[in-house]
Formats: sequence, structure tokens, C-alpha cells
Amino acid sequence: MMANLPSSPALRRTLSLAPALGVIGIFMLIPVCIIAVFSFLEAKSFGGVVWSFSTDAYVQLLYERALDDSLMLSPGYLIIIWRSFLLAGIAMLCCLVVGFPVAYFISRQPLQHRNMWILLITIPFWTNQLVRTFAWIIILGRNGIIEAPFHWVGILGSDDTLGLMYSNFAIAVGLTYTFIPLMVLPIYASLEKLDFTLVEAAADLYSSKWEAFSKVIIPLSKPGIIAGCLLVFIPSLGAFIQPDLLGGGKNMMLGTLVQFQFSTARNWPFGAAIAMILLAAVVIFLMIYARAARGQQKMELH
Amino acid sequence: MSVAQAAALPIAERARAAVELENVEKTYGTGKSAVKALKGVSFDIADNEFFTLLGPSGCGKTTLLRALAGFESVTAGTIRLFGEDIVDVPTYKRSINTVFQHYSLFPHMSVAENVAYGLKRLKKSKSEIEATVADTLELVKMTDFAGRLPAQLSGGQQQRVALARALAPHPKVLLLDEPLSALDLKLRQSMRQELKQIQARTGITFIFVTHDQDEALSMSDRVAVMSAGYVQQVGTPNEIYEHPANRFVAGFVGDANFIDAQITSPVGAIVTCRTEGGAVLQADARNLLEGQRDVTLFLRPEKVKLAKAGSATVDGEITDIQYLGNSTMMHIDIGEAEPLVVTEPLGEVDQRLRQVGDRVGVILSPSALQILVE
Repeated sequence: MMANLPSSPALRRTLSLAPALGVIGIFMLIPVCIIAVFSFLEAKSFGGVVWSFSTDAYVQLLYERALDDSLMLSPGYLIIIWRSFLLAGIAMLCCLVVGFPVAYFISRQPLQHRNMWILLITIPFWTNQLVRTFAWIIILGRNGIIEAPFHWVGILGSDDTLGLMYSNFAIAVGLTYTFIPLMVLPIYASLEKLDFTLVEAAADLYSSKWEAFSKVIIPLSKPGIIAGCLLVFIPSLGAFIQPDLLGGGKNMMLGTLVQFQFSTARNWPFGAAIAMILLAAVVIFLMIYARAARGQQKMELH
Repeated sequence: MSVAQAAALPIAERARAAVELENVEKTYGTGKSAVKALKGVSFDIADNEFFTLLGPSGCGKTTLLRALAGFESVTAGTIRLFGEDIVDVPTYKRSINTVFQHYSLFPHMSVAENVAYGLKRLKKSKSEIEATVADTLELVKMTDFAGRLPAQLSGGQQQRVALARALAPHPKVLLLDEPLSALDLKLRQSMRQELKQIQARTGITFIFVTHDQDEALSMSDRVAVMSAGYVQQVGTPNEIYEHPANRFVAGFVGDANFIDAQITSPVGAIVTCRTEGGAVLQADARNLLEGQRDVTLFLRPEKVKLAKAGSATVDGEITDIQYLGNSTMMHIDIGEAEPLVVTEPLGEVDQRLRQVGDRVGVILSPSALQILVE
């Protein structure tokens, strides 16, 4: 066996990476290429594609074809894109506001207790996401846990509702709930590395609690904050379950729109085009992250 | 009570004290698991003084330093900074800065930003900050490194930046928590001298924490020796070394011989006593208590002079010789429980002539033999 190994170290390295490259290639790059190609084809009426080049899918995103074949600006899909970014952004901020103190708390616990806290954070992952999202219907929905007391007291009539469900609010709650562990974990990882004598040093040098937080803790946990924000924002942007179950179909996001195009509308090229736009957004955010990470490396050099 | 006491002090006296500690106590934990880290610590530190807290690890010196900085609250007692009670003043409002043991420089800020940090929090003007940062960096000889990040500096350089950062706001008191312990020997020795010079130049009161007796003796105006949460002795390096208050101080600061003895004639400045081994010695009586008979005599190894056998106070046999370069250390059995430790400086006698098994005369002068307070 040993004798058969290639002699060049470069070649050996490439070969040992082959399984990983193969998995990424087959399960990621090829499907992405197929989607990219499909997004530039013509749609068949009942699903599938016609193999002729067309930019219709991308045009359709912004314009509607009027009866006389002229293009009219149509905001419908832009609203969905806007809603996706808005709700993903809100979910990200909510996760940050709630997740940071949690991560900070855990990082300040005695070493032997921290793993238990981290385990507790990951417990929701043990149950199916779909089931957990259904739980929110029971909480937010008609006659749900929140509404029930209003009915008992009589503020709400038997047919009235607070309208919590099937709204942007419900989607934002669902996204925040689902992705908050992804915010806590990376922030915890950076806070755990943080030397807390630096906080003492800041206090020693006339920093109030807030100044020590904003000038020392925040800058030093920035990599974790950025990683957490990306880990929440990216899956939120393309989320399907939460807008579908909690948004009730009328509040679409990019994820539900893609699903709708492939299944109900049977417009594969259009679905593929939306997926490509989603992918482009993700790549842009990852590039921002890579730049931030490089700055961090310089600081840790030594 | 403390007010009445403070008022009793002459005003001039009070103004000169930078820090006054009064019965400071610190207890960690509660109930049975409670640990007393500081027990009734009381002493004053004068303005413009280089003061050292010396003691083994766990003696409470770091706890005391952290209480002064405000990182720890005290369980009881009063701490005054230039007459003002600061026990309830939060860290960031105390005009006290700290040089941390592991420097604790802000890794995301350049050297200049680190030094400017305290000044910015104090809302100094931009021009003043720039001027002070430049001056302070020059003081610690780090001007050329102003733009670097801490990670790009060596340990010694980080040490200088940490010092500059703490000095820049010109605090009333500067605390130094074993700042030299992470440096190598040569650097440590040159930094000692430099710290002393910087203290003299800035006129800031330095409180220096160390477990290294050489550091304490060589740099300090005064030293407080601590052990097990108590202050054992406060005094100048000379007082601490020459006239230790008790056996702990005598043993911790420098090497020491202890000889148990009984007083035979307790009269005058020099008393005569008989050791367990039967030798009759004369000792300095300044620490002798009224009516005390059983005493421990204390003697520094370098205070012992050797002579020909039969011509000195007692005779003994050399049982061990260690060559130390600038001196030679010998163990001499003089018939007591412990052999006498003697150091002889190089040059006076050719020590190559001394050999294990030789009989020598040991001169124990009454001024070198002191009675210890237990």
C-alpha cells in the first residue's frame, strides 16, 4: 500500500482532499450549476423546462408583461424580497439582543458548569423543527395560550382574535426562536476566550460598566457577533417552515416563493432564478464576514 | 470611631499619607468554608513612596492590592486615599491605576491607543491626550512602537506599554502586581532600576506587590511583609533585613540561622545565654521581653566570620560546601540542632583551601546575634 502512494507531496495532498472535494462537488456545486442553468431557460407550462436560452425568469422578478407585450414594473416580488431581508434582519437583531446576554452569562459561569448550559441551549435541536414551529401555532394562534386569558376576561369576544398568527410578527418570532442557538454559540465561543482581566483593566482606567462593555467586550467579541449574525441571517433569509406555517402563505418570503414556483406555479426557471438571487445574497454576506475575520487574525498574530 | 482617630492625627501627618489602611478584613465565602484572606491589616503609605507588599503566594498581598484597586470589596475596615474613604467608591472613580501581572493590554488597540485609553475616559482634550501619550511613551522608551498592536511586541515591551498605560492618567497611586515576574533575570534587574527612576521622576506613589525579596529590598522605600493574611512587619528594607520582627520575617527575607537558647544573665544591652548544644553566647538584648528566659537567637549567614579552630566563639566542623560564584556557602556543625549556615564572600580567604570535615572557629559577635520575638 505504502509503495503505491504518489511521491509528490502536492499530489498526495490533493488526493487526500479528494473525498471532501467529491462530496462538495457532487452535492453542492453540481446542483447549484443545474439551478444556475435552469434559471436561464424557458418554462414549460406544467413544470420542467424548454431548452432555449431566456432571461425571462429574471425579468419576471421585476416586470410584468402587459397584454400588449410591453413590460410594466411589478413590485410584487420585490416586496417579497424586501420582506425576507426585513424579517431576517429583525430575527437577527432579536437573536443578538437576547442571545448576547445569554452567551455572556454562560461564559461567566464556573468552568465545570458551562458545558451544562451549552447543552441546555442545544436541547431544542433534539426535536423536529416542524414540530417546534407547530408549537408556536398553539401559543400564538386563535384561542392559543396568549389569547385564552383575553377571552376568559372578556376583552375579546368569542369570534375575536388578536391576530398574532399569520403575520410578519409570527414569522419573526418563529425565526428568532429557531435560530437563537446559532447566535449564542459563536458569541459564547468568543466571550469564553476573552480575558476578563481586560474588563478589570478597563474599569481601572476609568471606564464605567457601559464603557468597558462598548470599548472592550464588544470589540473583542466582534468575530462571534458577526458569525452569529450570519448564522442567523442566512438561514432566516431562505427560511421555509416559519413563513409557511406561521405566515400562512399570504406573507411569503424567498424560501416559500421558491417552493411555490417549483410546486404550485410550475415555473422552474423562475424558482431557480430566485434561488440564485438568494445564493448571491448569501455569498455577499460571507465575503463581508471573511473581511472581518481577516482583521481579527491580525490582532491575534503572535 | 475612625473619625475620632483620624481627627487625632496631626493635620500635616495626615496630608502626607497617600493610603491609610485601618483594620482591613477580607473574607471569601461564608460559614464553614469561609477563608480569611486579610486579617486586621493596618498601615499607612506615604505620598511619593515606593512601597512594597512582600510575601509568599496566598499571603493576601494580591487580595490587598485588588481591594485598593476596587476589584474586590473589603469585608471590614477603612481604606483612605489622601484622606478620602474609598471603600465604597467604584474602581473607575478611584484615581488609582494598575499594572497587571500579565499586562492585560487591550489586544484590539495599538500601543498609543492603549496608553490613551484612560485619558480618553477622563475626557481630556485631544491635544492633551496626544501630548501625554507622547511623553509617557518616551518615559518608558516605547516611542518607536506607538503604532504596533500588543501582539507584535515582546514581553518586556508589553510590560513597558502596560506601565505607560497606567502612568498616563497620572494617578494618585500606581499599583504594580508582580509586574516583573514574567520577565527573564537580566531584564528583570534592569527594569528594577528603571521602575525606581520612573517613580522618582513622576512623583507618583508606587505600591508594588512581589514574592521576590531581592526585588523588595532593592527597590522599596518601605516594605510590608505579609503572611497568612496578617501584616508581619512594616519597615525600611534595612529594618526588615537587619531587625526582623519575628521568625517568619527573618526566614522569608534572606537566609537566617535560628538557635534556641536560655538567658543566663539578663542584664544590660548585651545578654549572655546558653544554647541547647551547651555553647555560651552573647546576644543583642533589644528585643528581650521582661522576664523572658527561653529565646530564639537569629543570625544572618554573612554576619558569621570564620577563624582558626580554638581562636573563636565556638568551634565547628564543615559538613557541606556550595560554591556560589561571588561567595561560598557552608554548613558548619557547631553541636546545635541545625548546622549553622555561613556565607563567606570571595576574596577574603582562598576558599579552595576549605574542605568538608575541616574544623574551623566560628566568630559570633553580639551585635549580629539577635533575640527574635516569636
